[in-house]
Amino acid sequence: MTVDAPVTNDATSGTDHLLVVDDVRTHFRTSRGLVRAVDGVSFTLDGGRTLGIVGESGSGKTVLSRSIMGLLPKRHTETPTGQVLFKGNDLRAAPRKELQRIWGCDVAVVFQDPMTSLNPVMKIGKQMTESMRHHLHISQSEANVRAVELLRSVDINEPDRRLEQYPHQLSGGMRQRVTIAMALGCSPELLIADEPTTALDVTVQAQILDLLQAQQRQRNMAMIIVTHDLGVVAGRTDEIMVMYAGQVVEKAPTRELFTRVRMPYTEALLQSIPRIEDNVDTRLKVIPGRPPDLTSPPKGCRFAPRCSYTQTKCLEEPPPLVSEGDHQYRCWFPIGTSLEVDPPTRRDGALAPGVVATAGTVTTGGAD
Amino acid sequence: MAGTGDAHLRNGDADVLLKVSDLVMEFPVGEGRKVHAVSGISFDLIRGETLGLVGESGSGKSTTGRAVMQLPSPTSGSVMFEGRELTELSNDEMRRMRPRVQMIFQDPVSSLNPRRRVSDIVAEPLRVLKGRKGVSADKVAEVLDAVGLDVNKVGERRPHEFSGGQCQRISIARSLVLDPELLICDEPVSALDVSVQAQILNLLKDAKERYGLTMVFIAHDLGVVKNISNRVAVMYLGKLCEVGEAGALYNSPAHPYTAALLESVPVPDPDIRPAEREVLTTEIPSPMSPPSGCRFRTRCPHAAEICATEEPQLRAVGPDQFVACHFPLQPVPVSVS
Repeated sequence: MTVDAPVTNDATSGTDHLLVVDDVRTHFRTSRGLVRAVDGVSFTLDGGRTLGIVGESGSGKTVLSRSIMGLLPKRHTETPTGQVLFKGNDLRAAPRKELQRIWGCDVAVVFQDPMTSLNPVMKIGKQMTESMRHHLHISQSEANVRAVELLRSVDINEPDRRLEQYPHQLSGGMRQRVTIAMALGCSPELLIADEPTTALDVTVQAQILDLLQAQQRQRNMAMIIVTHDLGVVAGRTDEIMVMYAGQVVEKAPTRELFTRVRMPYTEALLQSIPRIEDNVDTRLKVIPGRPPDLTSPPKGCRFAPRCSYTQTKCLEEPPPLVSEGDHQYRCWFPIGTSLEVDPPTRRDGALAPGVVATAGTVTTGGAD
Repeated sequence: MAGTGDAHLRNGDADVLLKVSDLVMEFPVGEGRKVHAVSGISFDLIRGETLGLVGESGSGKSTTGRAVMQLPSPTSGSVMFEGRELTELSNDEMRRMRPRVQMIFQDPVSSLNPRRRVSDIVAEPLRVLKGRKGVSADKVAEVLDAVGLDVNKVGERRPHEFSGGQCQRISIARSLVLDPELLICDEPVSALDVSVQAQILNLLKDAKERYGLTMVFIAHDLGVVKNISNRVAVMYLGKLCEVGEAGALYNSPAHPYTAALLESVPVPDPDIRPAEREVLTTEIPSPMSPPSGCRFRTRCPHAAEICATEEPQLRAVGPDQFVACHFPLQPVPVSVS
């Protein structure tokens, strides 16, 4: 095992990657102090690959995706540090004009709530063609033809009629299809889908995810899916990155992550999903408590106050991101390794705010 | 499917707390047209049972939950609660009945008044029912404790200071403060993260145990419903497709719609290629002009001629499993128990 992330090392020579995110930190100034929403995240993404970013609310996954796009308000945001290289250009240092050229064209986003990302008083056709005309310099009639094709490609029936409709005339699933069609308008090389299905029914969720996957393959786009549900990204991504309290806590190729979970947080997330195959009335394993306040994250491992394997060391020293091949994790006592904590010293399910029992002794930490 | 019938109702000697028969809910939308939100469904709840009500948006599950509460009263049909016909009660009588049936809503943040303190929010039902003197600080502290919150820490704070999961805890506490017998949960975890969802599900189970509640649990996610329900009813476009004991319904779904819903649940297993599963490819039709016969036929892979002309009735396919389908996915036993 080697300490420290390999991504950091090849960031400088990373021009062959489509996207290089290197030690990105996004901090917000608030009345309560500095909120470290994203605290040193690095990863790379190649063309045509898919990455799932998973975490609870407040883990920084959405702020990360907005940091990549440069979509954060200047006010209250600390001067950004770290690099976001898209095809070798640093987006964090790019002038606004340059970003406007990239937004919606090379990099496109699909947001969670289609009702708020569509303009309610503008016809679908107008909304769809606006960015195409701007970026591709085509006429309104050419753009209309393209919009009809796009709507057809996202399985919307009667596309000609839809162009004349307003968002409220469409169902939730249909609206999300429209936002996907809009995002695909200028053939982006990278599509960021931020909780694209959280507001939708399971049946529609399955349809939208299948659609995103099909489009991603057809167009050979790179895609980032941000979600809180590991079930959503399980069969649909090449790699998964789990975030907690602004940091990457585990990252691995999808199959590797599910078969060899190392980080207790990932394990806990998996266990909290209700399974169809479980018996009725199975008590779910929960992660007790809540993610930490990001103005003053815990001193040691940020997950330690909620972890069922916590040891004294976890409360005192922050674990580094360790690499084992292409599997990275941030834990002193990773599961499934020789360092794993023995079952008798675990405190399954119990929320012990700062009080941690370790092999006969009880120590008190200042967490939560 | 999408049938009517009452084969699934339990007989007289069971301790039935709630019995809904032939519930119809229609909303006029002008020009003589109507939204057929619920079209003649029947179900019953035995004391201490949890019934999961599942279906997509537009299936009428929330409308059903609200109709039980008389919010508003159903267009026709009967809602019997402890032997009393709720649809015939006067406003005043219904008002006195309400404490016994409480509801939790999907969006925890918008169901709490942002300008009031948590202890006032939770005490509000007591004050409405019994007046200012009826407010018992002990009771408020007790229900907050039941949902894992400490009144000394949260009582003086306001909803915006809490996360979505905590707001849902507060609304659960508020619904428990009147000691209801029936709790209707309308998608209580759909807006929450998986980790918080698990906490709330366990919490509802504990509350059920502690207060001896009977519950209707409305959701669109079958995984969540199975975890908490004894019995499950699957709804589609205002009709029942399948009703049964949760284990049986999940192990061998008899209705093609139930099977399709099960297929749509995201599975945290990379070996299951989602794109290869058989999922519904179209969307639910408009409830303004539902299909004739079986309402699911327009999306059903097994639809035949009879499905368009004849509406299937609920019939038994197992000891406690009933389906409304002309071509159920498993053979119907010759003798019905």
